[in-house]
Amino acid sequence: MKSCVIVFPGSNCDRDVAVALQASSGSAPQMVWHGETELPKCDLIVLPGGFSHGDYLRSGAMAARAPIMRAVVARANAGTPVLGLCNGFQVMTEAGLLPGALMRNAGLKFICRDVFLKVENSNSLFTRLYTQAQVVRIPISHHDGNYFADAATLDRLESTGRVAFRYCTADGVVNAAANPNGSLNNIAGILNEAGNVLGMMPHPERLIAPELGGTDGRPMFDALASLLQNA
Amino acid sequence: MKITPEIVTEHGLKPDEYANILRVLNREPNITELGIFSAMWNEHCSYKSSRVWLRTMPTTGPQVVCGPGENAGVVDIGDGQVAIFKMESHNHPSFIEPYQGAATGVGGIMRDVFTMGARPVANLNALRFGAPGNAKTRHLVSGVVAGIGGYGNCIGVPTVGGEVNFDPGYNGNILVNAMCVGIADADKVFYSTASGVGNPVVYVGSKTGRDGIHGASMASAEFDKNSEEKRPTVQVGDPFTEKLLLEACLELMAGDAVIAIQDMGAAGLTCSAVEMASKGGLGLLLDLDKVPCREAGMTAYEMMLSESQERMLMVLHPDRTEAARAIFERWELDFAIVGKTTDTGRFIIHHKGEQVADLPVDVLAEQAPVYQRPWTPTPPAPYLSAKDVPDTDDLGVTLARLMGGPHLASRRWIWEQYDHMVMGDTVQRPGGDAAVVRVHNSRKAIAATTDVTPRYCAASPVDGGRQAIAEAFRNLCAVGAKPLAATDCLNFGNPERPEIMGQFVGCIEGISQACIALDMPIVSGNVSLYNETSGIAIPPTPAIGAIGLLDDIDHMATIAFKQDGDVIFLIGETSGHLGQSIYAREITGRSDGAPPPVDLEAERRNGDFVRTQITSGNVTAAHDISDGGLIVALTEMALAGDRGCTLNLPKNAGLRHAYLFGEDQARYVLSVAPSKADALIAAANAKQVFVTKLGMVGGRHIMLDGNPIHAVTELRHVHENWFPEYMEG
Repeated sequence: MKSCVIVFPGSNCDRDVAVALQASSGSAPQMVWHGETELPKCDLIVLPGGFSHGDYLRSGAMAARAPIMRAVVARANAGTPVLGLCNGFQVMTEAGLLPGALMRNAGLKFICRDVFLKVENSNSLFTRLYTQAQVVRIPISHHDGNYFADAATLDRLESTGRVAFRYCTADGVVNAAANPNGSLNNIAGILNEAGNVLGMMPHPERLIAPELGGTDGRPMFDALASLLQNA
Repeated sequence: MKITPEIVTEHGLKPDEYANILRVLNREPNITELGIFSAMWNEHCSYKSSRVWLRTMPTTGPQVVCGPGENAGVVDIGDGQVAIFKMESHNHPSFIEPYQGAATGVGGIMRDVFTMGARPVANLNALRFGAPGNAKTRHLVSGVVAGIGGYGNCIGVPTVGGEVNFDPGYNGNILVNAMCVGIADADKVFYSTASGVGNPVVYVGSKTGRDGIHGASMASAEFDKNSEEKRPTVQVGDPFTEKLLLEACLELMAGDAVIAIQDMGAAGLTCSAVEMASKGGLGLLLDLDKVPCREAGMTAYEMMLSESQERMLMVLHPDRTEAARAIFERWELDFAIVGKTTDTGRFIIHHKGEQVADLPVDVLAEQAPVYQRPWTPTPPAPYLSAKDVPDTDDLGVTLARLMGGPHLASRRWIWEQYDHMVMGDTVQRPGGDAAVVRVHNSRKAIAATTDVTPRYCAASPVDGGRQAIAEAFRNLCAVGAKPLAATDCLNFGNPERPEIMGQFVGCIEGISQACIALDMPIVSGNVSLYNETSGIAIPPTPAIGAIGLLDDIDHMATIAFKQDGDVIFLIGETSGHLGQSIYAREITGRSDGAPPPVDLEAERRNGDFVRTQITSGNVTAAHDISDGGLIVALTEMALAGDRGCTLNLPKNAGLRHAYLFGEDQARYVLSVAPSKADALIAAANAKQVFVTKLGMVGGRHIMLDGNPIHAVTELRHVHENWFPEYMEG
């Protein structure tokens, strides 16, 4: 497996996701600077968390226009798996890789804590090692994670199984109390139409080992590693 | 401009200090030179009131690589690595503009750490606010927490721990003390001593603007009702630029270009240039026309005193300068050669083709006034007998009041606004005794804590000073870490008042005694004086930040009860000391009495015992006993583990309320598996450590002698709800 992690100025979870990829796949990803215009040949692209360009203007807005993003979008359209975590998800919506927008949290505060997610689509290449409707515990850490899309888009996402994760209670109940940031339909992560692009606000790379407090993030990286090794 | 006595006073210089300047220069300074003197000789930069006492503190030990005097302290953590850490105050700016004041405090302390070559791995903070009912407190809490989070979250360094107090003594002068811990390779530590003549002096980072001019002078004066007009002197932080600066500096430091480096903190360009030259015994020539400026038309005076953030000054090897420039340009940061080192010993500044300053470096740096301020010892507080403090008729209500009150309520509302997990090495999150951060790519970890109990310091500065170090020591031992060293952030009132100076002297004495006894030297620190508003001083608050080392994260303890049936032990001796306790203050309204005495030998013995038990794998949970006493510690363990406990008061416990709420020092609660209980008692006896079996983990209540005190679920409710409900108003 060969993977690439795109590093924007202000990315700060790039090392964390590189550690997770290496732990699952046995090989370190290639770190690609935002100013590049070409991507190396690779089987997976990751847009990491952080505060690209300081979140100035709007979260992800400037990174979405980085030179490398043209290549990322082209690869995504050609079917290469692309994973966007937290700020990476924000960059994806700004770059048009995924629909909708991530607005300021409904409570207006930055939130860093473990939340429960319901796996709504376990058929994707990212989520296939989870079971359908499984409840997993994964941390969030963001100020702008309040997912919004217009009604038609939301309908399309829901009716075609493109909601990957939803915020829920420990028992798997999807309700307002379990929604940390005001996201419509408790949406925590979505897939593109072809299923090769996943954007999510939570940080699976932060819970990949017992000493970090949990392992529920690990199956995502294991899935990517094994899938791509078989490819 | 003619220098009048009014201008001298505006610069915070006393008439005799100005006379001294006239004498050493043998002429009148110009306004730029006067500004430079005021920046170098103010309390904040020169430590003129505190220096004679700071010299008395223990600062050495086999683990110390570099003690006070550099940007931060450096401690050996084995395997060719060092931890670099410091705590610093940003009190005055945070009161005036809480978000930016706190944010730039965090930015400043991180620069102190990565200036020395370390990657910051953990941020902590010690915050003191006024009474919850004070009209400004909510606004200040909200702004300070958002500012700390806004900066640390963006740069991507986890904020993993800290402490918060509310006390009316801080109504007019809050304290924001920020600590940063970094890790570096021992052979890649960078210092601020310039060397070589003719080497380039290089400016990197943000451009210089007019923000923060006179920040250091502001931090050296008392507040009055007009202080909020000083808002323009508060700096504005840009964490994104700091992130770029961090990465660019560490990239540069991986090579061999850097001779000396100093961040531009208080008094910016002035202080950094003078310190590097002074330490190297050199002179320095600055050409201000080369300094990247944010605004047009800045004067030399403004440029020399600006406290614009995210800037560094370096002396580089001449043949590495262009390679260095390439690194900073790739990170889209300014890089400018603004001067050179000289052998003249003079600090010479050119601006617009004219020489605007010519001052002796050593006078600026080394001949700042040093005051032996008069001081009077704090009168000893009389011992308060537990018999004179009423018992409570309803233990459950009292416990709920304490757990759900401002002093002991959960701080979750705060730390959930801080990214405490980024970097992927946080192995113990906030809420325990100490935060624990793994050293990347290893099994070892750094534990870190911040501690002081200001009400103890106010009643007895010496005992309070001892207690601050002892509590930091305990918090480190309670997670299984070997305490290594400490940093101090000494917040006091106006040192020109003998009673305030007496508090300072007493606290230093107590801290020093404890540092020696517990082998935790002070390796860095900061003094913040003049914390007064309209003549009312804050409680003496010598905040201690301390770090320890865990050899293996598998042998770490947390406070959470783990398993029903585990046996609960109290380690350490209980006399039932209620003087200055939270119980006496909050429940009975008595704030008199001496604080608990600190037996440093017992601290050492008990702490070493607890740590050994943890690292031997015998302990399932551990917690030090501090504010609120034994019953509060047990409740915190129950809440963290979401399981109750059944307790029996020992026959010789004495007065119940004194036993449960007394704040005797050198104590811990441990839980162990039943199969290991006898061995624990035997091990304690062998080490002459007091051990008392208290009961057993299990159930949904805190049970005492067969009676339920309170349900865990209800205690959680009050414990978790106070902060959010208070902040919502």
